[in-house]
Amino acid sequence: MSLAKITQVKALALAVPGDDIDTDRIIPARFLRCVTFDGLGEHAFRDERTGPDGKERAHPMNSAQAARIAAAKQGVMVVGFNFGCGSSREHAPQSIWRFGFTALVGGSFAEIFFGNSTALGVPCLTLSKDDLAELSDFVQKNPDVEVTVDVENLKVSAGAKTWKADIAASARNSLINGKWDPIADLLEGASDVAKTAGGLAYVAGK
Amino acid sequence: MAKTLFQKVWEAHTVRQLPNGQTQLFIGTHLIHEVTSPQAFGMLRDLGLKVKFPQRTFATVDHIVPTNELKEPYSDPIAQEMIEALRKNTKDYGIKFFDTTTGQQGIVHMVGPEQGITQPGTTIACGDSHTATHGAFGAIAFGIGTTQVRDVLATQTLALSPLKVRRIEVNGKLKPGVYAKDVILHIIRELGVNGGIGFAYEYAGTTFDNFSLEERMTVCNMSIEGGARCGYVNPDQKTFDYIKGKPFAPKAADWDAAVARWKSFASDAGCKYDDVKVYQAENIRPTVTWGITPGQAIFIDEKMPALETLNAADRQTAEDAYKHMKLSPSTPIKGTKVDVAFLGSCTNGRISDLREVAKYLKGRKVSASVKAIVVPGSQLTAIQAVHEGLDKIFTDAGFEWRGAGCSMCLAMNPDKLVGDQLCASSSNRNFKGRQGSQTGRTILMSPLMVAAAAITGEVTDAREVFKV
Ligand code: SF4
Repeated sequence: MSLAKITQVKALALAVPGDDIDTDRIIPARFLRCVTFDGLGEHAFRDERTGPDGKERAHPMNSAQAARIAAAKQGVMVVGFNFGCGSSREHAPQSIWRFGFTALVGGSFAEIFFGNSTALGVPCLTLSKDDLAELSDFVQKNPDVEVTVDVENLKVSAGAKTWKADIAASARNSLINGKWDPIADLLEGASDVAKTAGGLAYVAGK
Repeated sequence: MAKTLFQKVWEAHTVRQLPNGQTQLFIGTHLIHEVTSPQAFGMLRDLGLKVKFPQRTFATVDHIVPTNELKEPYSDPIAQEMIEALRKNTKDYGIKFFDTTTGQQGIVHMVGPEQGITQPGTTIACGDSHTATHGAFGAIAFGIGTTQVRDVLATQTLALSPLKVRRIEVNGKLKPGVYAKDVILHIIRELGVNGGIGFAYEYAGTTFDNFSLEERMTVCNMSIEGGARCGYVNPDQKTFDYIKGKPFAPKAADWDAAVARWKSFASDAGCKYDDVKVYQAENIRPTVTWGITPGQAIFIDEKMPALETLNAADRQTAEDAYKHMKLSPSTPIKGTKVDVAFLGSCTNGRISDLREVAKYLKGRKVSASVKAIVVPGSQLTAIQAVHEGLDKIFTDAGFEWRGAGCSMCLAMNPDKLVGDQLCASSSNRNFKGRQGSQTGRTILMSPLMVAAAAITGEVTDAREVFKV
């Protein structure tokens, strides 16, 4: 399986501020009632974007900037801390990715969300608190300036500014080497898998 | 060298080092359900792969099953489609399915332990973040995404990086009316909702030693609410007694060897932890959430925090929470009006939870202004409860007695809050919209506190209502 090497993402960015944004807010449970991921993109942040009266709310995902990103199928979402906490539903990163976002930058990411995103080839980089505030501010004031998320060199830049960024070394490796979907590697280990399984009594039903 | 249970289980299941530096880890037990598996089976078919260890894969249906409608086809065609997809997938690949007709269906985190599938020293993965529940047995159990469900189906392995281990010790005896649920809500309040990122939590101390397996499950269940992907308790005699005789437990001839093996996985005396936290059980009081994350919690007799006392980052979330919850800083939570009482979920939908509440509920009546439902987490629990006459106690008190499933924990079935109803809930998440209404409000608490709220129509101290 040959996958794209994701060394950097350069695209327009959208700030979606707030800490502890959970997966129920990213994709409400009623949209989990499905047997495919198709069509999830349009429902990303649905209940944040649409009020109980069915009317659109003021939310970054309803902005013209979000629409540009959706049309380009390329974009950087700038989020807060502990983004994607809550459930393991891959529907959450799937909806963000299918909406058009191809990279995320935040303060920190919930682990399962981070793993799910990496496996989709969507890098999630972290910045220090102050740098993140600066980036978020920049993005809100300069919607036309592209943001570069440099996975290989661990930095994020926009306009004249560059910030030091971070991502787990294994995720960085997988992304820049085009190995972010681990299935090929895992299949390759088949003979070792048999050995490990053979050493486990409970796997043999004992 | 002295090692933790986490390290020993990790080593026993390590297949090899992957090129990116991660470990290829063998997953001994794979649990699947209807919400996160259909897309994974789709990917498997697209790649032309088979299920590698169908005999180590177990399925049940829980999230979408209606709890007040027993006959199929369900009135909800999507629920019907999802259950049928799972039937087809498990049949095509030869996977054991605890279907609704078996009398053994239930929430996936209840079925594993009930069947004796959940065992010490094993690795367990499931496309569900509350998989840490199984850690109560000394298993390393964690939630995974759908692409990873595919990985486990196809290879029975995952690409993972090891976690650090934080030992969380609770010592002493809980005061009457204080439960395992209060312990975990307290831990999350203290360590924060992201305090556990990068860690496995090892729960220990005399309080845990004295806990039943069901109480241990309640705590392990909510590890993820504290940011920890996995949490566990070292196995002991109680663990072995619980497993003995269950359908998938080791047979008599293999039993002693299995117990010896299980014991060997417990953390060694003198092993190194990356972090240690210690709490005293006597200091914990009944705990309730007031906000929209499980960490926004207080003791029932405390006032909700003033915004000025919070740091800048917490303050923003708190402001958002007060707005959503329609509650005010610096006021007591006690006395907040409740519209719905939900007793159930993989946190607190077990037989011991139902028994404890039933003990106090006899002769009491649910407030006329409250809709109260009790949802056993599994069919086996429901059958046992009926056998003991607990259902009668609940219905006499004015609770609706429902069929097994996740129900109003996340409202993927018809059990939902309406408008801005406020729910006293024994479940694990108080996120905005979690219980099916965008403006719905959730207050997490122990089962007995839910019963007290049901009876009085407000958030209240169960110890006073029931003279505990
Ligand atoms: S009861 Fe709630 S938390 Fe548990 S598996 Fe079901 S939906 Fe998830």
